[in-house]
Amino acid sequence: MFFCLLCFGTIFSQNTISGKIVDKNDLALEKSHIHISSKSTNSKKDGSFIIRNVPNGSTKVLITYVGYKPIDTIIEVNGNLEINFKMKQKSEQLEEIVVKHKNNYFNHSVSEQKIKEKTIEKFSSQSLGNALKEVSGVSILKSGSTIVKPVINGLHSSRVGIYNNNVKLEDQQWGTEHAPNFDINAAGKITVLKGASGLQYGGDAIGGIVIIEPFSTKKDTLFGKTIMTMESNGRGGTISSSLHKGNFCDWSWNAQGSFKYFGDRESPDYILSNTGNREANFSGDVKYIGKKFDFSAYYSLYNATIGILSASHIGNVNDLFNSINNQTPSVVEDFTYNIKNPKQQVQHHLAKLNYNYYIKDGESIGLQYAFQFNNRKEFDLRTGVSDSRAALDLNLMTHTFNADYKLSINSWDFKSGFMGLFQNNSANPNTGVRPLIPSYNKFDAGIYAIVDNHISEDFSVEAGIRYDFSTIEATKYYLKSRWDERNYSPEFNHFIEGDFGTQWLTKPTFTFHNFSASVGTQYSFGSEYEWYFNVSRAVRNPNPSEFFSDGLHHSSGMIELGDLRLKQEKSNKISTSLQKQWKNFKVNINPFLNYIEDYMFLKPVGFETTIRGAFPVWEYQQINALLTGIDLNSEWQISEHWQHRLLLSYVNGKDKTNDDFIIDMPPLNINNRISFNKKDWKNLTIELQSEMVFRQTQFPNNNFTTNIIVDGELSPVEVDISSPPAAYHLLHFASDFQFKIANNSMATLGFSVFNLLNTKYRDYLNRQRFYADELGRNFQIQLKINY
Amino acid sequence: MKYFNPTKALFLATASLFLASCSDDDNGPVNEEEVITTVITTLTNGATTITLTSRDLDGDGPIDPLVTVSGNLTANTVYNGETTFLNELESPAEDITVEVEEEGDEHQVFYQIPSALGTIGYTDFDVNAKPVGLTFTYTTGNVGTGNLTVTLRHLPNKSAAGVAAGDITNAGGSTDAQVTYPIVITN
Repeated sequence: MFFCLLCFGTIFSQNTISGKIVDKNDLALEKSHIHISSKSTNSKKDGSFIIRNVPNGSTKVLITYVGYKPIDTIIEVNGNLEINFKMKQKSEQLEEIVVKHKNNYFNHSVSEQKIKEKTIEKFSSQSLGNALKEVSGVSILKSGSTIVKPVINGLHSSRVGIYNNNVKLEDQQWGTEHAPNFDINAAGKITVLKGASGLQYGGDAIGGIVIIEPFSTKKDTLFGKTIMTMESNGRGGTISSSLHKGNFCDWSWNAQGSFKYFGDRESPDYILSNTGNREANFSGDVKYIGKKFDFSAYYSLYNATIGILSASHIGNVNDLFNSINNQTPSVVEDFTYNIKNPKQQVQHHLAKLNYNYYIKDGESIGLQYAFQFNNRKEFDLRTGVSDSRAALDLNLMTHTFNADYKLSINSWDFKSGFMGLFQNNSANPNTGVRPLIPSYNKFDAGIYAIVDNHISEDFSVEAGIRYDFSTIEATKYYLKSRWDERNYSPEFNHFIEGDFGTQWLTKPTFTFHNFSASVGTQYSFGSEYEWYFNVSRAVRNPNPSEFFSDGLHHSSGMIELGDLRLKQEKSNKISTSLQKQWKNFKVNINPFLNYIEDYMFLKPVGFETTIRGAFPVWEYQQINALLTGIDLNSEWQISEHWQHRLLLSYVNGKDKTNDDFIIDMPPLNINNRISFNKKDWKNLTIELQSEMVFRQTQFPNNNFTTNIIVDGELSPVEVDISSPPAAYHLLHFASDFQFKIANNSMATLGFSVFNLLNTKYRDYLNRQRFYADELGRNFQIQLKINY
Repeated sequence: MKYFNPTKALFLATASLFLASCSDDDNGPVNEEEVITTVITTLTNGATTITLTSRDLDGDGPIDPLVTVSGNLTANTVYNGETTFLNELESPAEDITVEVEEEGDEHQVFYQIPSALGTIGYTDFDVNAKPVGLTFTYTTGNVGTGNLTVTLRHLPNKSAAGVAAGDITNAGGSTDAQVTYPIVITN
């Protein structure tokens, strides 16, 4: 029952555990799998093993070996340890096979960064994006305070794939105002792979991928946990509960649900009107583990209503100018839990079936079918149309099928597989508004092969290649005036299928053939140096918004135009990482260079006047981009109770075609955290975190001139949409301790304060930075009960 | 990246395998409902009516609105003004003025002219006795030329300083329509 509590180790570490794995005759067992805390290794020829960086305290140990009973125990770690384990033979062999085949890495040649359960729990009432910020090199792109998207090494949205339980989330991820439709409480472990090295997942991860694995158990007991979080800012909270039942050789299941309810958030000076949100989510799975196979069924539902800051709804460029210059929101009302328009309502269903067959030791086949249904409704402020009618209503249905084969022989690991996807997007025509993106059908197929050779204990090489085929057929009505303005005639006239007065009915169809590849190496040398080097190429097709968007964006006050002529975007990334581990200090330095050919982005090109006034027009263009940067993190065990952690990331984005900067690059940020932990005092932890975000000084100048009325006369003014906000520094405080509430039930009580000094600031990567300040001080109380 | 028939065949085969909700978009384009395509302001003095029109039939499309003014105004004269908002994409045209009037407390029409060209006064009011601005009076100034800007604001703060008197500076809210007419005042 204590399992859950004990499986999250603190991030800070100092101890080395070594020993030998033997059978009852004291004969060495080679390649048994040892899992201590969050680290794992295999025993060598003489049965010996060594695991470093094990934190102080009660630590879970799991040792498995084919044909032997697993050792599943808890040890007390207070310093370096040497322990020998004796394993007993058993008749059942299944669980070890399962464990052995469980991949605990995704690519050997990049240093992966993981977020552990304890960190995930801290973000229970927030979002996936907020939790991902705990990884150096990951920033967040926000629209207000609740819509949060991860940015990996300066790239986001369609360039960052999010995989929940081995299924790529298809949730209209192209939109910068569309947060991943995933409940953070359903995650057991999160891994970030920067760049395109995870070829088994896809070939289009120009930025990187986020891999979310649900919590799973192998313990033959029923246990669960409940996390209750209350927050002062938003005057709401979250409750999340999960139950797990594990059983070797038979069935196991997990179920988890969460509920979130928040009213208006507050900045230091005013209420951020209409920023409440609601969520009701569920996920669960059932798994059967047979002698040579396992079978599982998984389902998850994400259901959210998100209020959009009232002041961010603007009608024209004058409104935008006023907002930028006034520096206060145009609408500030009293606090309320009600959510009015504009708002988003999204629902995401994911159902999947998974079957793995273990042919023999080291060889397996996996088959997976997943169905996703995503409904996105966006409600706007409308005159004369009922508030209950969405202005945008998209239904996205995705079927994916995967077949994967894995083989390990001696020092070789081989992975290969096939992926097929069919997707249908249907834009509800009854909204009374021309849809942002059209209805379409999409068909993808991909194959990959990855080979990994452990040349020696210290040196391994990995190489992979992938081919992807994709075809998309859209059904879109173009205003004839737009068709002409875009110069689509005669080049694309063969797409025209019908004439509807002022509009053409078109069926644009595109086919792509893409090759992606990754080559890399991992080398350990000296005393505890580890060096990773990876070169990868990824290819991404234009997404529906890049191809087809044509219309006014209400929150940005700009007309966005897609382009049917766009080609694929190609990324060539070199990334290296050096890790060094001293006794009490660990550092990881990760510089990278990403040269992106035909990088797609929005560029201002002029003005169009409508009945609301003149609007700047932004169109998708392609350039060659060079992104370079460095991520750094370190962990320092200052003394027995004191620890320090540093995260630093910097990225520089250059438009090589026009010799300019690239918009929306995260500025330099430095995150320091100092923490105190004492086991004797009910495992008390106290943390103080400093978050320093510098002003972005490298940005393109997209300012434009518009006419406003001063004393009844039109006079030209400059609308400054380019200047990044000032640098800011925030302090956050967190604390928690553990206590026993019953014989087999532990509780953790946490108290934390976000933005301790109630600092007023705006963030460059917030789409609503023109309209309002960021969140002010937020007190949080969290109670977690394990049972 | 070109039209590719074998692919399409494969694609459609797969599609028909799975599919239920294949789009029925071929039934015609979205019926755009709340769009204001046309703003008409009439200024009447006795038997004389001057009509100012701004019409943009392609909505957010690339073609600019067509602005017409039927004639010159006379100096130092009181005109009764009226503004209507239409969606001429529908047939017959939808009169959005009705909705503005019904939701009068959530809307206000602002009229802005250089002070030398005269003054504007509201003549219609909402349930809270605040101006709506669908009707007004315009007292012209001396001879001159300039622009009259008509703005329809959604959810303005009518209690803010100067707003009820027709000053848009503190109004807030979001703009549903904004048109500028060139006017000429003669003797």
